[in-house]
Amino acid sequence: MTAPEGRAADWTEPSRQRAAPPTGLRSEEPKASERRGKEAGPAARRRRTNTALIRLAVRRDRIMLPAWLYVLTIVVVSTGYSFKRLYQTAASRESIAAGIGRSASNLALGGPLYGDSIGALTVYKIGAGCAVAAGLMSIFLVVRHTRADEETGRLELVGSTAVGRHAALASGVIVAAAANCVLALLIFAGLAAVGLPAGGSAALGLAIGSCGLVFAAVAAAAAQLSASARGARGIAIAALVAAYLVMSGGAAARGGGARWLLWASPVGWVTQVRAYTGDRWPVLALMVAAAAVVAVAAAALASARDLDAGLVPERPGPPRAARSLRSPLTLAWRVQRTGLAGWVVGGLFYGGVFGSIASGIGSFLGSGTGVKNAITRLGGQASLTDAYLAAVMMIMGLVAAAYAVSAVLRLRSDESAQRAEPLLATGASRTGWAAAQLILALGGAAVVLAAVGLGSGLSYGARTGDVGAQLPHLLGAALAQLPAVLAVSAVAVALFGLLPRSCVAAGWTALALAAVLALFGPTLRLAQPIQDISPFTHSPKLPGGTVSAEPLVWLVLAAVALAAAGVIGLRRRDIG
Amino acid sequence: MSEAIAASGLRKHFGRTVALDGLELSVAVGEVHGFLGPNGSGKTTTIRILLGLLRADGGTARLLGGDPWRQATVLHRRLAYVPGDVTLWPNLTGGEIIDLLGRLRGGLNAKRRASLVERFDLDPTKKSRAYSRGNRQKVALISALASDVELLLLDEPTAGLDPLMEAAFRDCIEEERRGGRTVLLSSHILSEVEALCERVTIIRAGRTVESGTLAGLRHLTRTSIAADLAALPAGLAQLPGVHDLDVQDFTGNGAAAATAGAPGTARDGAGPGVRVRCQVDSDKLDEVLRQLAAARVLSLVCQPPTLEELFLRHYSGQVPAVGQPRVPA
Repeated sequence: MTAPEGRAADWTEPSRQRAAPPTGLRSEEPKASERRGKEAGPAARRRRTNTALIRLAVRRDRIMLPAWLYVLTIVVVSTGYSFKRLYQTAASRESIAAGIGRSASNLALGGPLYGDSIGALTVYKIGAGCAVAAGLMSIFLVVRHTRADEETGRLELVGSTAVGRHAALASGVIVAAAANCVLALLIFAGLAAVGLPAGGSAALGLAIGSCGLVFAAVAAAAAQLSASARGARGIAIAALVAAYLVMSGGAAARGGGARWLLWASPVGWVTQVRAYTGDRWPVLALMVAAAAVVAVAAAALASARDLDAGLVPERPGPPRAARSLRSPLTLAWRVQRTGLAGWVVGGLFYGGVFGSIASGIGSFLGSGTGVKNAITRLGGQASLTDAYLAAVMMIMGLVAAAYAVSAVLRLRSDESAQRAEPLLATGASRTGWAAAQLILALGGAAVVLAAVGLGSGLSYGARTGDVGAQLPHLLGAALAQLPAVLAVSAVAVALFGLLPRSCVAAGWTALALAAVLALFGPTLRLAQPIQDISPFTHSPKLPGGTVSAEPLVWLVLAAVALAAAGVIGLRRRDIG
Repeated sequence: MSEAIAASGLRKHFGRTVALDGLELSVAVGEVHGFLGPNGSGKTTTIRILLGLLRADGGTARLLGGDPWRQATVLHRRLAYVPGDVTLWPNLTGGEIIDLLGRLRGGLNAKRRASLVERFDLDPTKKSRAYSRGNRQKVALISALASDVELLLLDEPTAGLDPLMEAAFRDCIEEERRGGRTVLLSSHILSEVEALCERVTIIRAGRTVESGTLAGLRHLTRTSIAADLAALPAGLAQLPGVHDLDVQDFTGNGAAAATAGAPGTARDGAGPGVRVRCQVDSDKLDEVLRQLAAARVLSLVCQPPTLEELFLRHYSGQVPAVGQPRVPA
């Protein structure tokens, strides 16, 4: 902080000189200039230290922020582009729009559909999802620069310099606002560039950016409520999920009585801008005004509390450990059970949603043979429904693998944070420590997959009136992804044991590679040996496909060998 | 086996940085041993090697008669460790962590745990993310002190504690010592070391520079002397072991005149007396006092070297005055 501060002080001088009037009544001149200097000085200095904080925030986010903006823009623009290519005839657009409109669960997932133009379909497909993602980006950004800094004590250091009480809050919100403005601009430019109407593109971009702005303000308020960054993120994300669910309820009502729900949620407002189908600009003003009100409330909350304190008090926990808390495995369970519960609920929810969509998949896709081909290539089945469900199961397998990889890589974060040190200075062995985390990773992934199978089996079975048969069917299909999950987790264990310094980046890269090869390999017609690198290429294509034991046995053997290599590496290397 | 810790010629490097360069450390069973050295001198690295968390590049280390690398988990059940910078699992309470670490060591004395929680004034129901640094340290300390172990490895355990808690800590270590437990105490707080430790090892840049009893170490440094004499003894400045000699004329009414010039040109008997200040190597004290006494002593103040002086000398890298025999006492 000293360097920018020093510079700010240097800059004050010329501005004071400029502020002095060049001529005038001599006797009053010095007083006037002095007074102006005093008025302009502190205010200008505060402005400059705030600028310094903003620059610091931007610098700390110079990788993450562009990555978010890039991914979000690409997802939106590529959706618009692919719709333009897939649905070239008016008839194909009419049929897909009719298919979407028939199913309440489709509408609940994407939001209301206001027409059958490419623009309207794009808004339905990606508008609400991208608005939620922009909200997530803003939440992470704001909490990172406010409560997380406060929790680690960095803000105390910054706060002791010449910055105002609300400087960190303001700089976090300002950076998030700027990011959302850039996002709006990029989405507008991208969609207009692929040939969608400019007005609608601007409306969609601004709607998504405004939604991000609202949740930046929500996160700013949440950061005042909770004393921990984790809690603040939790509160803000809960608000975001609630906003999405309220929007879903309103959209699924299809003009029924609950339609007003669309106006009760910031995500619903995004749909009510009706980009490409009316472009209702005043709704944008409503969103910005809502963001401003919440931001002012956050500032008021910040004035009402002390540094490091939250308005929601931390609940006290048990003064003694439960009898079971006596091994690395029970410790891992105790630390991670809350997070795992979230994954399981998510698995149930998305399993239910996808199972419900599956029953109407034929009419949903209409005559878009391109999409059908893509799905059958992925799912590998003749029956479109089975192919769709098999593709869903593979994606859910990848999601479960993401959970498993994150659980395994906790080993490394515990090691870097020196939490592993007191643990390994007790009777706990390194092997036991790593095994505990691996068991929890695989067990957790199995439970998440079971939840997906359960959710999809129940909802698909309810649709087809055949729960008894569909439930075990889809449960099995979901759990058939486990060997591939095991293999990816074992890669993470091997990396942790052998290349600890780069294992976090390498572990996620390995998962991303497995995902890309399994998801896009068939569509891109990559050579089979290259596709075979991904464990998910070897997963059985269930439901509908056949199961052969041989690839699964190989996957498990490879996983055991990799995990063993990792543990041997861990036993031989330094900790820390 | 009379040595709880025996390390000899320990070497460890991280990349190009040399952390330990032939370190020697010997701790007898039942003693409280002070482990001192400037920041970055290798204290924590040594302790981590003793815990089998790091593998030494050279030298030997024995802990409780075993090999700290090969027999890590067996040995860990007989010791408790308090890290210098305690990081805990944020969503566990302090009480849960005390119990967990104790159980992983093989058992916790419930009565002792309760009395320590009270003594250190810890709220065990708080989530550890809400604890300050001092409170996190208390969690680790209580868990270690309440465990039934033979050896305590404490890495700057009081760095975050307030003076009241520090006093409680000293009482606890005193009890441990009387109970026959061995303690390796890495610390920067000299009064703490002086109060608790029989023997100390001072390291610098990964090497042991001094090891022995505090009394023995004091003997290796200089005593400062201020004396009013009737006359200046001839040849005082030439005596071996006399340093920083300062001679002032002493007029009797307290006003000192000009300072003495270069050694050897001292003005014998100028005025009613002289005030002499000097530093004397402790093993040459006898000879110097004899000389002073011969010149008739009017008053004499003799100060033993302070610990601060002792440590500053080693920390800043000065060679000890008469440090040729680096004898363990």
